Amino acid sequence: MNNSLAVIRRLVQSAATLFGVGIVVFILLRVVPGDPTAMMIGPGASADDVIALRARYHLDEPLLLQFFGWLRSALSGDFGTSISLHRDVMEVLLSRLPATIELAIAALLVAVAAGVSLAVLATLYDRRATAGIINVAVGLLLAVPDFVWALAFVLLFGLLLPVLPLSGRIDPTLDIPFHTHFILIESLLTGRMTVFADIAAHMVMPVLALAIPLAAIIARVLTASLSEAMEADYVLLARIKGHSRLRLVLQEALPNAIGPTLALTGVQFTFLVGGTVIVERIFAYPGIGNLGVDAVINRDFPLIQGLVLAFGAIFIVVNLLVDLAVTALDPRLSHA
Amino acid sequence: MTAFSRRQVIAATGGLAAATILGSGHARAADDTLTIAYNVNLPSFDPTVGPSAVNPTIQAIYRSVFDQFIGQKPDLSFTPGLLTAWGWNDDRTKIWMDVRKGVTWHDGSPFGPEDIVWSLDRAGKKETGNPIEFVWSTIGNYKIDGDRVTADVLRFDPTIFKWMAFLTAYVMPKTYYEKVGAAGFEKKPIGTGPYMVDAYEGNSFLRLKANPHYFNGKPAFETVVFKFVPDATSRVAEIERGSSDLTLEVPFEEFDRLKTRGDLVGVTTPISDIGMIFITNIEPMLDKNVRLAAHHAIDKKAIVEHLLRGYGVPIDTLEAPQYEAFDPSIKVPYDPELARQLLAQSGYSPDKPVKFTIQTTRGLKAKDYEMIQAIVGMWRKVGIQAEIEVYEVAKHFELRMGHKLAPAAFYNWGNAIGDPTTSTGFAMFSKSPHSAWHSDDLDAMIGPLWGEADEAKRIAGWKAVDKYIAEQGYVIPLLQYVQPILYKKGLKVTPEISGAPEPALIKKA
Repeated sequence: MNNSLAVIRRLVQSAATLFGVGIVVFILLRVVPGDPTAMMIGPGASADDVIALRARYHLDEPLLLQFFGWLRSALSGDFGTSISLHRDVMEVLLSRLPATIELAIAALLVAVAAGVSLAVLATLYDRRATAGIINVAVGLLLAVPDFVWALAFVLLFGLLLPVLPLSGRIDPTLDIPFHTHFILIESLLTGRMTVFADIAAHMVMPVLALAIPLAAIIARVLTASLSEAMEADYVLLARIKGHSRLRLVLQEALPNAIGPTLALTGVQFTFLVGGTVIVERIFAYPGIGNLGVDAVINRDFPLIQGLVLAFGAIFIVVNLLVDLAVTALDPRLSHA
Repeated sequence: MTAFSRRQVIAATGGLAAATILGSGHARAADDTLTIAYNVNLPSFDPTVGPSAVNPTIQAIYRSVFDQFIGQKPDLSFTPGLLTAWGWNDDRTKIWMDVRKGVTWHDGSPFGPEDIVWSLDRAGKKETGNPIEFVWSTIGNYKIDGDRVTADVLRFDPTIFKWMAFLTAYVMPKTYYEKVGAAGFEKKPIGTGPYMVDAYEGNSFLRLKANPHYFNGKPAFETVVFKFVPDATSRVAEIERGSSDLTLEVPFEEFDRLKTRGDLVGVTTPISDIGMIFITNIEPMLDKNVRLAAHHAIDKKAIVEHLLRGYGVPIDTLEAPQYEAFDPSIKVPYDPELARQLLAQSGYSPDKPVKFTIQTTRGLKAKDYEMIQAIVGMWRKVGIQAEIEVYEVAKHFELRMGHKLAPAAFYNWGNAIGDPTTSTGFAMFSKSPHSAWHSDDLDAMIGPLWGEADEAKRIAGWKAVDKYIAEQGYVIPLLQYVQPILYKKGLKVTPEISGAPEPALIKKA
């Protein structure tokens, strides 16, 4: 009962957060420089034409009227029509979101696997040179932002060792029908392994670019937590019982040390999703990040608003899931 | 039975997965497929409305799927398109257009004069949102008589037929569009062009299939893939790796490096796009000495040679050499001493410089910011102290429309039909939302030319306007851009002065 109430409370808070995000982005778009009609107006247009074009996109209405008009539509799931794409914003978002979700989840899984592995190794060999090397390597990985990794991979796997495709989500010459936009999952579930391999190959570089910085953060934080946990009494007891160091780390220390890392991972994952903007652009990956760049360039207000809300919703969902996971791991937190 | 440990199974699965993924790599494209790493994305399939309709680079894609009323050759000259002949009546109160016969839409339905009428009528309606409505609305009251369409000239525009080969001048399918609507058309567009849309993934790729019934003959390649790769580094990698057959707009350093490779060919061509510094009629630019000094102080040849590796054509008017009103006698020579003298007349010197802001984009065009940095350095030597302000292209358009640009603002200007109205005209006439310099003297010279029916007199008039602009320093033209194209040996590419390389014109060598 308490848990249900907590979830309901979080959902209400999430709705309020999204509402706030909507207000902020709505206002910001209209105060920052860049009028979408200025980019569309013809060179021979008169002052009346400019007025008419602004009216066409409701940009001539008072700000409050524009906002409530948009809000009313948004609450019914209508985010308007994209100025640059001439398509329904919700439809565009739903068609592009799966690509970013697949990319982000894959990057998260890689980051967690790599980060946890590095942390475990560093803890296992904490009194040897290995730990020092891992520590330095993690520091280096942490210092390089995701877009630099992306460019490095373009050079490394695109040119020097040309084993991976450079751009896109799938080989454009393949004529494959899909029922959903989650094409990686769909190809796997339908047993089309050649297609799955092609899609996965296209994901390797962008996934690595996104995953590496997060993996480094996970490794750094978890190493510290594990180090602390290894000093706990229950670990000492297990050591006295004669358990191997590997068992001590994996079965005794890790479950107790993972909590803070999990919480941090959830927060960092939202930054990872934000990182898709540049990474998707570099790899011409058709997700909402790449879509967002063009939307901003074109000052496509309806699309930008929809995208920001989509990102906001992702952040909220991820943080909710992280909180639930952390609470599940440490029931004491549910009574906090 | 042999038992495998968990570790062995995991290792084997991982190895198999890696081999499968790395082995799949990039599927070998057929020889009949042309893959282009393109520098812009295609946002919308409607070539007549919205910001993409006036994006010059996207026209290569639109021309692949749709046909224009009037065609254009790579050298900018005009050729029959879906109209085979056209003209005015004797007193220029009507136009007539002969419609091509035997053309079909991509869905097999017949094309006819009603599509021409519907497309023109739609383009001329304000509610459609065509950015060039101000041209299309100059004709109306269409009548169809067999394969001939006539229309009344509501407002005489001497450039109407040139516009029929320019932005938004695409013939759309009346019956199909009315049936599926705007949203349906975006999902499954059809045209009469050399290629049909086969598959599209926004921000990723567009796959086209050859139209076997194209009136100008089936194109050389069965399949064309446009990969939308806006990042220049990635485009370089695409062509260098061989994943794409052709790319354009790569950094000149990379172009020079790659064109020497035995398997690649590099061509450059001056295109109908110029770089210029808008001058706004605010202080200190109201001082003619300052304007002229700013122009004379710029060593355009050095900028092209040293910053752009020779890839550019210095110009002194807004008319590039291929344009109709180009006058080679109009010169504004590099003369820093003259610049100092002009500034001295107004009380300025290197010790007491005139100060103003110059706005520029950064990364929009090749070395745009670096060019302005170089110019600011040249100005400093003569007595101009300019502060650089970087802005986005969206802000430039907004400021320009609101007549709020800084005293100097760098931007570029495309003119794929080469007519003076679409360069000097719209850039310098104060009534245009795209102009920065507003003054009555210039408007008085330009005004009558909009409706001048005598073509020779019209062109001579524009040349006189350009000469006057140069004498007054109302704008600082800098260079005509040169477009680098890299492609695999085995292709025959005809560079297009419009800067939009059309796949239908790319052949196998």
